Amino acid sequence: MTFSSEKIIEVKHLVKHYGKFKALEDVSFEVYKGDVLGFLGPNGAGKSTTIRAILSLIKPTSGEIKLFGKDPVKDHKYIFSRIGCIVEKPDFYLYLSAQKNLEIFARLTGVELKKNRISEIIDFVGLKGREKDKLKGFSNGMKQRLGIAQTLIHDPELIILDEPTTGLDPQGILDIRNLILQLKNEYNKTILLSSHLLSEIELIANRMVIINKGKTLVQGSVANLLNEQELIVSFTLDDIDKAKLLLASFGLEKQFVSSNQNNLLLQISNDKIPAVNKLFCDNAIKVFSIETKRKLEDYFLKLINN
Amino acid sequence: MFWKSTYNELIKIIAKPRSYIGLGAITLIIAIILFAMRLDGMTYLSFITQLFDQSLSFQGNILNGNLVAFIILQMLIVHIPLLIALVTGDLISGEGAMGTIRLLLTKPISRSGIFFSKYLAGCIYTFVILIWIGFLALGVSKFVFGTGDLMILKSEGLVIMQEPDIFWRFLSAFGIAYLGLMMIATLSITLSCFSENSIGPIVLTMAIIILFTIIGALDVSVLDNVRPFLFTTHMSTWNSFFENPLPTEQILRSAASLLFQIVGLLGIALYKFNRKDILS
Repeated sequence: MTFSSEKIIEVKHLVKHYGKFKALEDVSFEVYKGDVLGFLGPNGAGKSTTIRAILSLIKPTSGEIKLFGKDPVKDHKYIFSRIGCIVEKPDFYLYLSAQKNLEIFARLTGVELKKNRISEIIDFVGLKGREKDKLKGFSNGMKQRLGIAQTLIHDPELIILDEPTTGLDPQGILDIRNLILQLKNEYNKTILLSSHLLSEIELIANRMVIINKGKTLVQGSVANLLNEQELIVSFTLDDIDKAKLLLASFGLEKQFVSSNQNNLLLQISNDKIPAVNKLFCDNAIKVFSIETKRKLEDYFLKLINN
Repeated sequence: MFWKSTYNELIKIIAKPRSYIGLGAITLIIAIILFAMRLDGMTYLSFITQLFDQSLSFQGNILNGNLVAFIILQMLIVHIPLLIALVTGDLISGEGAMGTIRLLLTKPISRSGIFFSKYLAGCIYTFVILIWIGFLALGVSKFVFGTGDLMILKSEGLVIMQEPDIFWRFLSAFGIAYLGLMMIATLSITLSCFSENSIGPIVLTMAIIILFTIIGALDVSVLDNVRPFLFTTHMSTWNSFFENPLPTEQILRSAASLLFQIVGLLGIALYKFNRKDILS
């Protein structure tokens, strides 16, 4: 997959106040063509407010937003024919069938669609056979799938998904994750993905932005940002006491976090893992497994708590 | 895109069960009136005819479709605004309550385009309701009771209109009544722009109609200057088409007042909708 330097979304110093309440104080980030950008932040950080501002659903107090290099308010028609989105949760007309709902939104895409496009997209999201059913009887997972169908119907260049796995069971989360991975890998879409599920972002995104209290804390490549950090690495060894003495003799006792009968937890950077492993092996300590703990979760919590 | 959006709005109105409440209620009310008039219409009429027994002799089909249609309109015109507001008051706030407004406004159509397509769909629905009333009140009444001269009791006396002189009066009365109902539709859509739930604008529209009707009916001189500005005052102008001579100036003034208020409200609604933060 190739990533371009063409900016699809550009957010500069975004501020949004509701009376005295400051929902956004200074949010800035970019999304490049081909990116899958993970948009992270705790509850109330301002993720949905930022997405609503990007989509012109709310008017920012100040700051600048550009989509495809243009102003989304002035060039509304040009920009929104190239975007598919779900904001917060996919709400539809419950008194209409899945097919009728898609037909309604398809008419407003501004794109001439193939005759069988709706059938194609219903098949793609796995709702074949349920298209004639009214949405009253749909589960949250099915509505999320329909939401994704709605975002894809006109084959947009940019897809914005705000919490697409909210309210789903583990199977639903897996299904949606696979759909997003398919969009990323097979269709090379640019995706802005907001989620609470850090493991999802870690698996899917190539770049990320973390915001808190209405401000951007950090943005960049997921790999680079996580490698800057020391990781918690669990080594499963046959002789923990010997390993501890060995680490102390090499001045690595500060890296020691905790241990139990077979596991030794060390806080080390990613590039030091092979050296530590070699050290154990050279000194006849059997290494049964090396496991890094959830990197993004640690990184995220550290950043937010600081 | 505007026409596609209007088509969408009509599909939504057709699919919503509440859209049929109005049509059903009108059908039921008119059916009851027709049934009652068929059974005991002559007794009802005798209250009028006995007043003039000494001076006039009534001949021909007095209890005819034209008279029944006039009676139906008198009775029904008060209730139609509620049936209209039930659908039009929900057009924008209903999308907010359902959350579908977020999807609608992220499509390549301007907010003004969305607003006017909803407004046009609301006007078409209002027109359909009025056509249905016209069909039942005039068409079915004539079928059941036959045709004949229209006899109306007014405060200044008995007005009798000859049969060939009636149909155009009904058509014009429906025309000005439509303007009045469009005013109701515009008011409820405007209120809908300020609300996030679908019940609020409907209730508020009815509250305003009741308040204005009471102010209009109060015989207090202080309110004399206010009455001409109340849309409810002009909504009963349809009645003027059954006067001889026709009060043309009053009818034109009412039509102009309703149009002016419709345009004013549309301006307010459009201003609000275009600047509204979508938080639902």
